[in-house]
Amino acid sequence: MSLTQLPLAEQFVLTLAALILFTSFLLLAQSRIVSLIHTFAWQGALLFIATCLMAVTSGRHHLFISAFMTLALKVFFIPWQLRRLVVRLDIRREVETVGNASLVMIGGGALVLFSYYVVQPIRELSFLATRNTIAISLAVILIGMLMIITRRKAVAQVIGFMSMENGLFFAAVVATYGMPMVVELGVAFDVLVAAILFGIFFFQLRSGIGSLDVDHLNRLHEVDR
Amino acid sequence: MTALYLTLLIPLAATLAFALIGHWKHAGSLNLLVCAATFATSLSCAVDVFNNGALMSPGKLFYVDAFNVYLVLVNALVGLTTAIFSRPYMAHEVEIGRVDDARMRLYHSMYQGFLLTMLVALTTNNLGLLWVAVEGATLATVLLVSLYRTPESIEAGWKYFILCGVGIAQALFGTVLIYFAAERVLPGSEDALLWSVLKDHAAELEPTVLTLAFVFLLVGYGTKIGLVPLHNWLPDAHSEGPTPMSAILSGLLLNIALYAVVRYKMLIEPALGNHLPGYLMMGFGMLSFTVAGILLHRQKDIKRMFSYSSIEHMGLMTLAFGIGGPLATFGGLLHMIVHSLTKSAIFVTVGHAAHVAGTQSIDKIRGLIRTQPSIGWSFLLGVVAIAGFPPFGVFTSEFLLFSATIKSWPLLVIPLLIGLAVAFAGLFRHLQPMVFGEPPAGQVPVKANMLPVLLHLLVVLWLGIAIPDVLSRWLDQATIMVVGRGLL
Repeated sequence: MSLTQLPLAEQFVLTLAALILFTSFLLLAQSRIVSLIHTFAWQGALLFIATCLMAVTSGRHHLFISAFMTLALKVFFIPWQLRRLVVRLDIRREVETVGNASLVMIGGGALVLFSYYVVQPIRELSFLATRNTIAISLAVILIGMLMIITRRKAVAQVIGFMSMENGLFFAAVVATYGMPMVVELGVAFDVLVAAILFGIFFFQLRSGIGSLDVDHLNRLHEVDR
Repeated sequence: MTALYLTLLIPLAATLAFALIGHWKHAGSLNLLVCAATFATSLSCAVDVFNNGALMSPGKLFYVDAFNVYLVLVNALVGLTTAIFSRPYMAHEVEIGRVDDARMRLYHSMYQGFLLTMLVALTTNNLGLLWVAVEGATLATVLLVSLYRTPESIEAGWKYFILCGVGIAQALFGTVLIYFAAERVLPGSEDALLWSVLKDHAAELEPTVLTLAFVFLLVGYGTKIGLVPLHNWLPDAHSEGPTPMSAILSGLLLNIALYAVVRYKMLIEPALGNHLPGYLMMGFGMLSFTVAGILLHRQKDIKRMFSYSSIEHMGLMTLAFGIGGPLATFGGLLHMIVHSLTKSAIFVTVGHAAHVAGTQSIDKIRGLIRTQPSIGWSFLLGVVAIAGFPPFGVFTSEFLLFSATIKSWPLLVIPLLIGLAVAFAGLFRHLQPMVFGEPPAGQVPVKANMLPVLLHLLVVLWLGIAIPDVLSRWLDQATIMVVGRGLL
């Protein structure tokens, strides 16, 4: 079955999935901190729309709750809090040149291919729309990981971390129409607490090592010298 | 059932109370009392399970069976004894000005929060909630790792946060995949993540999805277990945080992550009909065991050294569950208890030893046995126990494990014995001067309560000589659940 034969709603979900993956690549390459935060908020917004759409088409109305939690948490609260911290720490103007940006982007592309490969056995037994979206959500998770590895600024690492959470949430929504409510609530609570803790850590890093550059964290070694 | 709820509600209430009222003179004692209450309720819960078998809460959200009830008990016990240790220890830290009142408030609140998340992780029936609780444990302890606010501790905290967060995210993806597989068998059911439901439908779940899920779950929870090469956060977090935290991190947190992996193995291995999960666990376990044993030699910080020893023992347990079979599994389950008790006892002693010497550097801790015999002797006995000498319990569990290895994988015994010898040499090379060396001038004893250490070592000794009937029955039931047949 080709894409155009799918119901309209599923085509729309696939488009959203593509856009979410696109924002992941944007996050990977973006060097200005404020734009990074905005891109992250956009990714959350796409996630919100996708979740609402799934809620309507599947008729599982508890998904609306998850959708609005996403809206509140990932579109408004976390970007707002990160922005506020960036202003308070006065690093709004800071630009982080991504080392070897083209290589990192190629790495991101490779991760997408890898995700499709890994998910292959599952795709065989699922419906067309979910097939693609599981692979894409895994790609979003892995690109978030890649971002944490390649970035040196703590703020960028946090956004990578949160974008991984986005990938996980997307996987849960598209593959299984969301997890049971108690789990969704628990995960949202964990994300909220993590976001607050990250804020505290920014100040600790600033006072402890004098900057938010994670490269300065090099005192502890596997083997004591 | 009430006992189970109370076991969870008491630490929850205490977490909130400590956060609200802040720190005051008797907070340490209150912490101790709360832990004692939790221990009492968990004991009553255990008696209930012993008499009536597995318990399920009416909403099916909590489930206690022979496998997790003994871990609940160990959890509450170590929580209690560490609280006994933490009271004078933290008072001393306040005295020398390393922490202030605001941080003590955080410390006590999060101490209880950590115990709460551990107990939820153990008793929940919902595999999603298990993930939430394990992640919650990271969040509860992350600020405690950086409690002293030195550059090193902040670095350790950040590494712990990022590495464990990223690692555990993989486990959530694995959980989503499990749910995905379960949804196809039980469409539209809110119960599809419940352990008790999944277990009954294990055979119907799609094997390809489960295989993929297990890889993600093992990597995810494996980060928390501290399996090499995902272990980097562990020595840092354990060495830089306050010592009571090291005791409960090493003694409890690693166990709970392993518990999660074993639960999944129980579900996935029968469904797959092959031993892939077991082989993966054996590989990771053997690697961790070997690498940690070698790295043990190169440490200069006493707490780092023992955190490598924790990695080594977690590797051994992962190997045991990977090998499977009743004998190895029984040994692994027993090793979980004896390692928790011994390792937390060692960390308690190490904490006092560091106060006596005023440093954590192995080179500078000297002559403990002459300055303060109680600390010196407990340290000596603790290390003897963890190195696997008879008649301590660690010997028993390692002996069971080795017997099982000889039966099913004879060649593996060679690297295992070499690894044990290497680790033993590393521990004793450092131990000798610390305990028997010449104490530096002016070293004076500190106020220390050695009751927790004594208690733990006595229990470990007891388990080495004779395993009580209750425990062996539980362990055997758990073994039946894990591998399908019992040992006894």
